[in-house]
Amino acid sequence: MGRSGDLPRGVDRYLVKDGNWPDDTGCVVLHVDMDAFYASVELRDRPELRDRPVIVAGGNRGVVLSANYPARRYGVRSAMPTARARLLCPGGLFIPPRFSSYREVSQGVMAIFRDITPLVEPLSLDEAFLDVGGALRRLRRTPAQIGQQIREQVFAAHRVTCSVGVAPTKFLAKLASGMAKPDGMLVVPRSEALDFLHPLPATALWGVGRRTAEQLARIGLDTVADVAAAPLPRLRRALGVAVADQLHALANGRDARAVRPEVREKSIGAEETFEIDQHDRELLRRELLRLAERTTATLRSRRLRGRTVSIKVRYADFRTITRAHTLLVATDVTTEVHRVACQLLDEHVPAGAVRLIGVRVEQLVDHDDAGEQLLLDEPEHGWRDAERAADQARTRFGSAAVRPASLLAAHDPAARRGPSAGDDLPAAGGPPATTGTGGPGRPPGGRRR
Amino acid sequence: MKIRVERDGLADAVAWVARSLPSRPPVPVLGGVLLDAGSGEPTDALTVSGFDYEVSATVDVPAAIADGGRTLVSGRLLADITKALPNHPVEISVEGARMAITCGSARFSLPTMPVEDYPQLPAMPQFAGELPGEVFASAVGQVAVAAGKDDTLPMLTGVRLEIGEGKLTLVATDRFRLAMREFPWEPSGEVGDTAVLVPARTLAEAAKTLGTSGSRVELSLAEGDGLLGLAGSGRRTTSRLLDADFPKYRQLLPSEHSGAAVIDVAPMVEAIKRVSLVAERGTQVRLEFVDSVLRLSAGGDDEGSAEEELQVEYTGEPVTIAFNPSYLLDGLGALRTDRAHLSFTTPSRPALLKPVDEDGGVAPGYLYLLMPVRLPG
Repeated sequence: MGRSGDLPRGVDRYLVKDGNWPDDTGCVVLHVDMDAFYASVELRDRPELRDRPVIVAGGNRGVVLSANYPARRYGVRSAMPTARARLLCPGGLFIPPRFSSYREVSQGVMAIFRDITPLVEPLSLDEAFLDVGGALRRLRRTPAQIGQQIREQVFAAHRVTCSVGVAPTKFLAKLASGMAKPDGMLVVPRSEALDFLHPLPATALWGVGRRTAEQLARIGLDTVADVAAAPLPRLRRALGVAVADQLHALANGRDARAVRPEVREKSIGAEETFEIDQHDRELLRRELLRLAERTTATLRSRRLRGRTVSIKVRYADFRTITRAHTLLVATDVTTEVHRVACQLLDEHVPAGAVRLIGVRVEQLVDHDDAGEQLLLDEPEHGWRDAERAADQARTRFGSAAVRPASLLAAHDPAARRGPSAGDDLPAAGGPPATTGTGGPGRPPGGRRR
Repeated sequence: MKIRVERDGLADAVAWVARSLPSRPPVPVLGGVLLDAGSGEPTDALTVSGFDYEVSATVDVPAAIADGGRTLVSGRLLADITKALPNHPVEISVEGARMAITCGSARFSLPTMPVEDYPQLPAMPQFAGELPGEVFASAVGQVAVAAGKDDTLPMLTGVRLEIGEGKLTLVATDRFRLAMREFPWEPSGEVGDTAVLVPARTLAEAAKTLGTSGSRVELSLAEGDGLLGLAGSGRRTTSRLLDADFPKYRQLLPSEHSGAAVIDVAPMVEAIKRVSLVAERGTQVRLEFVDSVLRLSAGGDDEGSAEEELQVEYTGEPVTIAFNPSYLLDGLGALRTDRAHLSFTTPSRPALLKPVDEDGGVAPGYLYLLMPVRLPG
């Protein structure tokens, strides 16, 4: 998916600018994406850096989380290893992330969206879908006018820019915001959806990564139009039924997914990349405690519990193993998640230099509508109550207010840095546990900040 | 070594020993069975043994021994072969590093493993006492059902054996339920009062094969070595004890109740199975007692719901209490009686299931404690 610099031919006419307002009738889905979000927040506070390449990245061994547009001209991209970015852009200014600031701005921006419609589906800190169909009459505006209003309000309140895609479906809206970047808006008129879509390369379709693109190219399908025109049985043979059906529908402009205000998480977890590869098991166990604590604090705050605890270990050579254990009863207790995580580490993870370690809790249940299996020797006030009290203290006094004793600073030789490299990008930002939605909710690729 | 044995005796012996072998032995010899001809007692027997440092199993098979000796071969392979042999006498001989098996017109040749590398089998520990095979088998079965299956909590995967005051007590818990069986027995006097924790899986397996009706099971114990021995029907097995603290459970057993019901087990089991079809994986069934009616229900608006009513004898205030259906079914099944006595205090305190005897009274000696599921809201 392109940026406004290299827009596909003919797409210009859909951009909202210089008084050009394409027909937005029935285009009720808005995709709002903050421009180079983390970098923009940093630049807002240090405007003198605006024309310099600025890269927000976690430590030496982390990845690029966000790069401003001058940095992107050097080829720096989100999710690229920081070391590579340093090579590409030696003059760049590398800034460590300040997630608390990003979260604050994000909450403000989402609040602006929710003033317009309750149908807001956040995809991460910096992007969301809005369904404005129900708000048109109340606001007496067209979808594109609402998009413009959002852009103005976001900038006025937070001094950062965003781009908006306005379209009849989620897929098209997401494509459109990508093409409007930075600081732009693009409308895909309902009647011209296929004209807009068909000239694009097949990789523009949701779910088409490098592998699928290769498979499509092998059967001679390079553009969205090719995919749309391909006989379905042929696509199915090449890609499998599920993927083929999905791509065929998207290529023909069909995307029935609604904007869903709350995407229920399938799993909650946290992970950490070490500055230096770690062999020390004691240190790994301590890191598991920290990650278990983060994960369960998120569970508790959302009133969720999970039955399956899994750990992920990535070695220095990027070999990655994931091991899981299912409990009889769902839990949100740090000590229990940590106990299982350590057991998995001890029994299933061979010695070696560890680059990344993570904890995840799956099979979540909402404990407001599930019963709670009681335990025989459970004291009336057990770990859960202690941890809830600690959660409250942390809410009031900050994350360092109450911690397990073994996590106090003296025990912590491993330097820390931000979120980690890998396929699991920090979906909702680093320090709080990341959430995975599973399923097809999140579009692959095309994320930028 | 050169011997001749009966096919059935050999096949049974090898199958029983091979059962306790690890499926993925850490070193190949531990996946072997040791065949020892003529060096043990009695001298006209083939001794078949297996040992993986956790569990040992030994059984004697009458044999005609032309040439004594010891050899070690793969347990799985030998079990598969002996099971498939035709019904003829079996001749076994060892030549160099291979063992030959001849039975009727079938001939096998297996590689042997070095006997020197095989660990020393543990001796049977101190005799503690004996009891009828079927009593032992049923008691273990009634208790092991409540043992934990989560190996991350080893102290809950055992059955605790308590010897003292003329009683033998078996108890197991996974913290969701606890099962306890007590019966009088005559200790040998060679082993003092004690309590040990035996891996539940091993104990249940041993009880099933040793506790055939009419037999006696001998129990022996070497607490210092952490070893339990069981012998019966010509078979001997040892198991390592679990070195873990069992929860202090006696203080947790409820001593009183405010509501109690006598329930027919079979219709109750059927009803629970039906109703819990709509209880999503592991969620609860609700038991609502009002007068002499027990209403079972499960599910809700989202996933579908079910209910069913049973006639019961109930004394107490109307109450609704919920349980995990499979734990409740385990308990009802473990009673081994037609009627069950269910008692409780409040919906968040432990409930007790006890067997009801022919005369309608609570039969002593067994209890199944069950923790309820706290209902949402």
